[in-house]
Amino acid sequence: MSDLAHNDVSRRALLKGGLMALATGPILAACGVNTSGSGGKGSVNFLSTQFSPVEERQKYEATLKKFSGDTSVAYNPVDTGVFNTTLKSQLSAGKVEVGMVGGLHGDLVPFASQLEDLSSLMNDLSSAGYSDDLKELAKLGTDVPRYIPWIQATYVLAINKKALEWLPSGADVNKLTYDQYLAWAEAAKAANGRPVFGIPAGPKGLHHRFYQGFLLPSFTGGQITTFRNADAVTAWTYMRDLWANTNPASTNYDFMQEPLGNGEVLVAWDHVARLITAVKDKPDDWQMVPAPSGPKGKGYLLIVGGMAVPQGSPEKDKAFELIRALSKPEAQIETLKSNAFFPVVKTNIGGDLPGGTALEAKAVKAQQEASDALLALPPVGLGDKDPQVSQLFKNCFQEICLNNADVKATLDRQGAELAKIMDTLNVPCWAPDPKATPCKVA
Amino acid sequence: MTLLFGWPMVSGILQAFGGPEGLTTANFTRMTQDPYFWSSVGNTLLLIVVMIPIQFVLALAMALLIRAKPRGASAYFYIWAIPLAVSDLAAGLVWLTVFTDRGYLNSLLASLGIDPVSWLAYDNYASMFGAVLIAEVWRATSLVFVIVVAGLQSIPKDYEEAAGVFGANSWNRLWHVTLPLLRPSLQTALILRTILAFQTFAVALALTGQNFPLVVGETYRWYTGLQDPNVASALALVVMAVSMVTAVGYLKLLRDQSEAPR
Repeated sequence: MSDLAHNDVSRRALLKGGLMALATGPILAACGVNTSGSGGKGSVNFLSTQFSPVEERQKYEATLKKFSGDTSVAYNPVDTGVFNTTLKSQLSAGKVEVGMVGGLHGDLVPFASQLEDLSSLMNDLSSAGYSDDLKELAKLGTDVPRYIPWIQATYVLAINKKALEWLPSGADVNKLTYDQYLAWAEAAKAANGRPVFGIPAGPKGLHHRFYQGFLLPSFTGGQITTFRNADAVTAWTYMRDLWANTNPASTNYDFMQEPLGNGEVLVAWDHVARLITAVKDKPDDWQMVPAPSGPKGKGYLLIVGGMAVPQGSPEKDKAFELIRALSKPEAQIETLKSNAFFPVVKTNIGGDLPGGTALEAKAVKAQQEASDALLALPPVGLGDKDPQVSQLFKNCFQEICLNNADVKATLDRQGAELAKIMDTLNVPCWAPDPKATPCKVA
Repeated sequence: MTLLFGWPMVSGILQAFGGPEGLTTANFTRMTQDPYFWSSVGNTLLLIVVMIPIQFVLALAMALLIRAKPRGASAYFYIWAIPLAVSDLAAGLVWLTVFTDRGYLNSLLASLGIDPVSWLAYDNYASMFGAVLIAEVWRATSLVFVIVVAGLQSIPKDYEEAAGVFGANSWNRLWHVTLPLLRPSLQTALILRTILAFQTFAVALALTGQNFPLVVGETYRWYTGLQDPNVASALALVVMAVSMVTAVGYLKLLRDQSEAPR
């Protein structure tokens, strides 16, 4: 190093390097390295928990550019943890720099009382055709709308058509039961010499949503109240059998599109946005179908995201404008085409969807409109306890499927933890549990 | 300075015992009842017990090689010190490209006609542990190496030469002259390395996700993922207590008997 310092050429090179670093700093910040939410004067800082993978983010930024008009928007997608700390610290310091926020229903719940009342905006948008469920959710448990619905999504099955040959005889792939699904996984495993079904059970995978919104409602008709009853024991015993026929590498899968894309897995359940890359290039090789049905119906989870404005937002008016723009049917359809999240407003999706998205749209519609459909929501009103509640469902999977623990004992133990959390929260139940106050584990 | 170090520690301890209704041990109960806790403790201890001896043997061998001044000794030094500059997470990600199902190692095996192995699958504990061990040895041995090299440099050559004159072979010189003189450096390296080993997690996180939990990884998960700073502090307190006990243990164990009061 001392040799370098005495060398003129190297010193010049060092200087040049320093200047380069100074010059690239702002560029890096503009690329989103900055998570504080600042995007320059006059632009709306849009802090969001959605579309964080680079590709999704770029696509959504293009959508924003197309519909934001004169308003410049700095889109900052971050992890839920960062989202919470950023917003919490800015709100409690009384120095809000975030112009508007976007997140899933559960992400916004902890901030309900600190978000602007959006009644006027909701009135302006009354013709958009939000469903009553969505309007109620948007109040976040208060009397007035705190967010405007933004995106919705759900989870479906993606099937490589190769796997159809092992479908049990008499089974309709669009109306599977959980028993048929298991039989299919067994047959496919036997034929391939290895399991070819998968679930996203990696550290960032959303497999807990499978138990919360699909498996348990289908077997028990509930999510929280029925957590440890006899039906839940049946459901988790089923899950153990299914896991025995599921690719064990699933515990490393965060997004199912990767193992589906490279052929490690032929049939997978996941979030529509996490399946799209696998199916979009060769839609003819794929089929997407609703999740299976159980004894209590076809449990399915609806994910709702909303746009909100934190109180004290420096760009409140522009944020309102932006929310109006993003609520237009065209913007909503663009989001579906680019990011595979479905519109929340009444709109005709039309027939010009890209192949993969068209497959998804068909499956989503079939799932929602199934005669035995049983709507479930991700936990509502749990605030910062939300991740812990989801973790309890993951713990059940860990114990029952991976550690081979006793089903009843595991449910009792995890159920006791859940009961403790629900007792301290004292919140009403959400679908599919009966809307009772307070929500308790039976 | 005391405030700078003391305040976070005190607030951490208070947080570990904090609850909605004053002081409580509920956070510790919650911690020990978590299905990942005991496996994370077991994994961390196993990793330390296996890894530290390997690292010390390797680092000593490398340092002695450097001391023998082979051609290009300084080049070796710099190359062996490179992992010091690599962040743990980056190192983990690099090794992930080696061990993942379609990584370099399996590609190599496939080209040799051998069936690929799921090295990082949850039901393949031995290979998962092996992968974390290799990555962590690769990443962290250089720290011990640098300390040992510095220690070796402070030992005058005269002692060894004198031993040589009295007919001691190279093994005896190493065992009876060099190693005892190296004791302070080894002690420092051992304490530092063990404490840092308790803090290992990014490598394991990148390689195995939740399949091979380690205590500090659990702290991170409780803090960011599960949003419970109290249980996270309880876990951090465990790491701190174990680190302190280990450091004191090493200091006692490796105390130079010749300096003890007679």
